[in-house]
Amino acid sequence: MLEYLWLVPAIPLIGSLILVLSQGKLPELPAAIVGAGSIGLAFLVALLAGMEFLSSGDVAYTQHLWTWMAVGGFSADFNLYLDGVALVMMLVITGIGFLIHVYATGYMHDDPSFARFFSYMNLFVSAMLILVLGDNLLLLFMGWEGVGLCSYLLIGFWYTDTYNGYCARKAFVITRVGDASMALGLFLLYTSVHTINIQDAMGVAQQQWTVSSSVANWVTLLLLGGAVGKSAQLPLQTWLPDAMAGPTPISALIHAATMVTAGVYLIARTHVLYEMAPSVQYLVGLIGAITLLMAGFTALTQSDIKKVLAFSTMSQIGYMFLALGVGAYSSAIFHLMTHAFFKALLFLTAGSIILAMHHEQNIFKMGGLRKDLPWSHALFLIGTIALVALPPTSGFFSKEEILGSALMHEDGGFLLWLFGIAGAFMTGLYSFRLYFLVFWGKKTHDGHEVMGLHLQGPLVILAILALVGGWIVIPVAAVFPHGEEHHVPLFYQAIMLALPILGTLTAYFVFVQQRVDVKALAGEGFGARLHHFWRTQWGMDWLYDQVFAKPYATLARINKNDFIDSIYNGTARFAVLMHSLVSDTQTGQLRWYAITLASGVLLLVTIGVLV
Amino acid sequence: MSVLFYASAFVSVLATLMAITRINVVHALLYFIVSLIALSVIFYTLGAHFAAALEVIVYAGAIMVMFLFVIMMLNLGKPTEEQERVWLKPGMWVGPSLLAAPLLVELVVMISGAKAQTQAGVINAKDVGIALFGPYVLAVELASLLLLAGLVGAYHLARK
Amino acid sequence: MPVISLQAIPMEHGLLLAAILFILGMVGVLTRRNIIFVLMSLEIMLNAVALAFVVGGARWAAADGQIMFLMIISLAAAEVAVGLGLVLQLFNRFKTLDLDILSKMKG
Repeated sequence: MLEYLWLVPAIPLIGSLILVLSQGKLPELPAAIVGAGSIGLAFLVALLAGMEFLSSGDVAYTQHLWTWMAVGGFSADFNLYLDGVALVMMLVITGIGFLIHVYATGYMHDDPSFARFFSYMNLFVSAMLILVLGDNLLLLFMGWEGVGLCSYLLIGFWYTDTYNGYCARKAFVITRVGDASMALGLFLLYTSVHTINIQDAMGVAQQQWTVSSSVANWVTLLLLGGAVGKSAQLPLQTWLPDAMAGPTPISALIHAATMVTAGVYLIARTHVLYEMAPSVQYLVGLIGAITLLMAGFTALTQSDIKKVLAFSTMSQIGYMFLALGVGAYSSAIFHLMTHAFFKALLFLTAGSIILAMHHEQNIFKMGGLRKDLPWSHALFLIGTIALVALPPTSGFFSKEEILGSALMHEDGGFLLWLFGIAGAFMTGLYSFRLYFLVFWGKKTHDGHEVMGLHLQGPLVILAILALVGGWIVIPVAAVFPHGEEHHVPLFYQAIMLALPILGTLTAYFVFVQQRVDVKALAGEGFGARLHHFWRTQWGMDWLYDQVFAKPYATLARINKNDFIDSIYNGTARFAVLMHSLVSDTQTGQLRWYAITLASGVLLLVTIGVLV
Repeated sequence: MSVLFYASAFVSVLATLMAITRINVVHALLYFIVSLIALSVIFYTLGAHFAAALEVIVYAGAIMVMFLFVIMMLNLGKPTEEQERVWLKPGMWVGPSLLAAPLLVELVVMISGAKAQTQAGVINAKDVGIALFGPYVLAVELASLLLLAGLVGAYHLARK
Repeated sequence: MPVISLQAIPMEHGLLLAAILFILGMVGVLTRRNIIFVLMSLEIMLNAVALAFVVGGARWAAADGQIMFLMIISLAAAEVAVGLGLVLQLFNRFKTLDLDILSKMKG
């Protein structure tokens, strides 16, 4: 059974290879068929595999493809591992990926590098599938780096603009910091448990480690470093807003639905290790909590439609981390899935708006677009209410689950819950701020809806998923430990229900009724400073500039002449000097040699006479 | 006899001095030949008749003629003389003389320490010949090899 | 029946003459730029050394001094032959006898 599982990552890879080998000479239609078709085919195979897997009732299925490398006592297999979590991830990646690919065939229409775009996209999907399907940490790491590379390539897709290249480099370098930490974590884990197979490693760790031992803390902390870098959480979150420089489908696929959630997947996958290190696990939740609030505040001050969504993504991943921190792994994966639905929907609709507004991304230059863009309006509204988690959308179910788990968590869960509901209020506020600013208010610019089955079709499907995705039951019960059924007191439930609505209403009063003059509030004095502080992600970019970039540049400037090299250069220069001194005595003139000879004789005879 | 020695010595030194200071090559060569002949006389006074004869025949005769031939072949005329005049400024002599003078003084000091008379008596060609083909026969062979090498070398080098 | 009675001459006088001639030859080598003069000065030096040997032979009334003289004279002959050959070749190549110009060996 399931022998065809390898096709799932292989088909996108083949698609990518075809597009790469065509050297961009492929016309748009065949390139679109190969690019989107390969993902569609992969989705069908994944669906088939999923159905077969679920009907078999197995906990997990492992497919051994080949032995990757074997050196001494170390060996790594190229194995695919399918269980409930991997299945959810696989279906999200191929399913959402397929919809986004279809959308992208419309969005990237007439781009000169059409085929190159889809070759990167396919490569990304393939790498992401290897990441979630890999049965050992090395394979996972390969996929991890592969998606990082594709993210870099796609952020800098329009590389002729140097700003895009700068953004791509920033994303690459900052995630590299996390990846280095993750690699160290993997090394440390291997030296401790002597296996890189994830399931085996977790089994060994459970038997051999003691809870909160230093090795458990260090391994989980280092892996968390990798997860934080990839998932744009504090303190490595600064790259995500700049990653919006890429085409919008990229932002939807990589920087909302799939890649940035890889950190969540990593921690969920290795949750047994985190159970061995409760303090680090709580740190995971705390990072998520702080990030979701910080990103919420920052989203409130942004003016670029895509950056608002980027910070919203950061904030939602913060919720997932929060869930991981309180041991609600299935809630985290569930929120990951619903978030993929509505955030992909929001990004793609934003892409439609950007197309309709002729590549204008500033929300203050939009407004009153309800009538001009009825499709985008409806779809964006659906995405927004799902994001804000109003019932009965998918976001409501997943977020309610997370907050409920946080509330029921004994150690410090209440603190995280407080962060969470504050974030829920912020989500309502900034999401509807965005919605009202774009679609309500005074109309300043005309927009023309770009229509097409391949544009609106995927959006409608995503909208349906965003609305009803909450009823999907994800098959992860066999993977994660069962938390006890929690009954959240009615009082708290009311709070959780009320705060998003409160946020929405606040947004309505402020941005539609304009009861509060925002411009005046943020224009001067303390308000202005607070606005600036929020806008700059609580000064994180500035901090990194001061702590890392500037001292490094200063050191580099001091050591411009490389003082260590000057020792070797000095030796060489001394040798050259001595050489030229000796060389100068060789004048090539016979008389000079004769005089030297005579002087020598004189000296010797003088010695002979005197002694 | 000693008068002859000292007179010849004086002539020899004077002629050598003239030889090294001449501008014209042929003049210098002739002065050198005079010096050689004077030396030949000195050899005679020292009883080395065979050496005296060789000095005139080989040195003054053969070697100097070789010089003369080369000078003729190079055909150095007036321009060379002018060149020599430019080169041989009085200042040119200062350095070498300063170097040579102390060396000479030192040699004189060393030589004057050895008090000995040369012995009167003739060592004729027969004695020399007996010694030459007796204990020194190997040296003769070596000298002949050297001359052969010189012959081949000179032939090779002087070829156009 | 010797025609001239041979009187003994102090050996140091003969050696002194040899030293003076040697030094004169050396001054010649150091001073002249013309390669022919340099060769001639070398001959003067060789000749002075030969004189010293003959004086030594006269001091001990032995034939060895004259044999050394013979050796030196054959050395001089070989040296002059090779040297003059070199002079011819150099003059053909560089059209000059100036030793300061022939300084290709400069380090």
